[in-house]
Amino acid sequence: MRSDAAHRSPPGLKIAAGLGLAFLHLPILLIFVYAFTTEERSYQWPPPGFTARWLAVTWNRPDVWEALALSVKVASISTVIALVLGTLCAAAVSGSRFFGREAISLLVILPIALPGIITGIALRSAFSLAEIPFSFWTIVLGHATFCVVVVYNNAIARFRRTSGSLMEASMDLGADAFQTFRYVILPNIGTALLAGGMLAFALSFDEVIVTTFTAGQQQTLPIWMLEELVRPRQRPVTNVVAMVVVLVTFLPILAAYYLTRDGDQVAGGGK
Amino acid sequence: MTTAVSFQEVSRHFGAVRAVDRVDLDIREGEFFAMLGPSGSGKTTCLRLMAGFEQPTAGHIEIFGETAEGVPPYRRSVNTVFQDYALFPHLNVLDNVAYGLMVRGVARAERHAQAEAALDLVKLPGYGGRKPGQLSGGQRQRVALARALVNRPKVLLLDEPLGALDLKLREQMQEELKSLQKALGITFVFVTHDQGEALSMADRIAVFSEGRIMQIGTPEEVYKRPRSRFVADFVGSSNVLPPDFTARHGGARQWASLRPEALRLAEDGVGIAATVVGRAYLGASTRLILDAEGERIHAVLPAGASLPGDGAAIRLAFDKADLHVMEDQS
Repeated sequence: MRSDAAHRSPPGLKIAAGLGLAFLHLPILLIFVYAFTTEERSYQWPPPGFTARWLAVTWNRPDVWEALALSVKVASISTVIALVLGTLCAAAVSGSRFFGREAISLLVILPIALPGIITGIALRSAFSLAEIPFSFWTIVLGHATFCVVVVYNNAIARFRRTSGSLMEASMDLGADAFQTFRYVILPNIGTALLAGGMLAFALSFDEVIVTTFTAGQQQTLPIWMLEELVRPRQRPVTNVVAMVVVLVTFLPILAAYYLTRDGDQVAGGGK
Repeated sequence: MTTAVSFQEVSRHFGAVRAVDRVDLDIREGEFFAMLGPSGSGKTTCLRLMAGFEQPTAGHIEIFGETAEGVPPYRRSVNTVFQDYALFPHLNVLDNVAYGLMVRGVARAERHAQAEAALDLVKLPGYGGRKPGQLSGGQRQRVALARALVNRPKVLLLDEPLGALDLKLREQMQEELKSLQKALGITFVFVTHDQGEALSMADRIAVFSEGRIMQIGTPEEVYKRPRSRFVADFVGSSNVLPPDFTARHGGARQWASLRPEALRLAEDGVGIAATVVGRAYLGASTRLILDAEGERIHAVLPAGASLPGDGAAIRLAFDKADLHVMEDQS
């Protein structure tokens, strides 16, 4: 709507943009197509036939359910940890000035800038040095390192926009620290936390690299899929699972995008 | 008379910076008190000490006879109108005003009724359903005022309350604040860097400079009889005359101040010789900038007088009674 007739982009640019988008998204559609193919040993194009039976097969495979349950559990707990720690950290960094403030801000963000493989190796050697056996909790710890960053980044942006005098005004009007958090801070950062939490969940849900280094014998969903690709039989089951993963991770990210898009508006009004 | 706010030797240091430096202050109950000074003079820090956002480094503060040090803002019977108004963006106007009652556990119907009454008081009836973002600056100011007053504070603190408003609105709000204060009988303490605002609104003014109070007095005292060169210069830009100059023109050999409007044009042969350097048209009057015996002197002359042009040589005269010798000669 913003581009009027005088600012039409040249057709060449439009075609290039279209091709770029197609290159990005067609392979994802391909995954959906193969979820319904009748050929189970190889990815043959065009698919010899279509069937919905893989949905039922997937539904009845206990290993899928185990992996899915583990992934959901890991992602949920990592997200909760990230929400608490990320919010507290953002509040501390934005609310006060202290020695090393910038350094802490950088250190919190660093895990997401580091390649996952570095984080993975570092955590693995740390765990074995401390003789911590690999378990559900080592996976959660690994995921929390980068989930905290996402929540922190979202929260700090909102904290910076929320003027400090709002908190002073609340205290001035008779609210103690808890009431100020409940009635002023939370409503103002609520959508940012929701968005951060959803992104964190999605990140954790499809994480492979850090998980490979921090998991023992357990398989999260992405790890399970990786293993499954090597097997010769029932390949479309992987595609069915992939389809579910796309939906599970895509929807929260989309929601997060819409929640933070209108930055000026603060949702959660009323009481 | 009861003392509303009392500072005894109060200091607030930020590292090496002495934001407030051994300030003594007594604000009377029911008074409209102004803290006037340039930015960085410590007036806002004093206000924050009263509100409880800052704690004194040294000294003693009492609010209605009760020790205030260590008492958090939410346990003081003091409310603040913030410079940026600090309205809660997620609450509508009515809930903003009712906030103080809400956190104190007043029932919904009761607090909404009181909030409505407070909105009536600041002439915003029926605005309760709007969000702060939908209001103009002047309206937000009124909501902030209602939000503070609904708690019936013993002292109302106003931090540069009119700073963000345009001239017309500012004059209107000055009158309203003044009459509101009279009607409610609450002690108002307001911070401003605008001497005109302080002079026209306050019962008494404290003039701040570099963390200290230079003078406390009624507007007339501060305006007509400044204690020091700083006060003379800051409050209404008096002419500050050095001892030699004063001595030559009928005074003692001391620093003195002379209001610009006390000067008038004189005939040849009498008064002080001066040269016009520039002039500023003020509407009801004109300010002449003059050079007299090496001193830069301002004279404000009423409109209608025939005025000399730039570079003209003129004579100046004034009544000796208007020459004020300052107490603080430093």
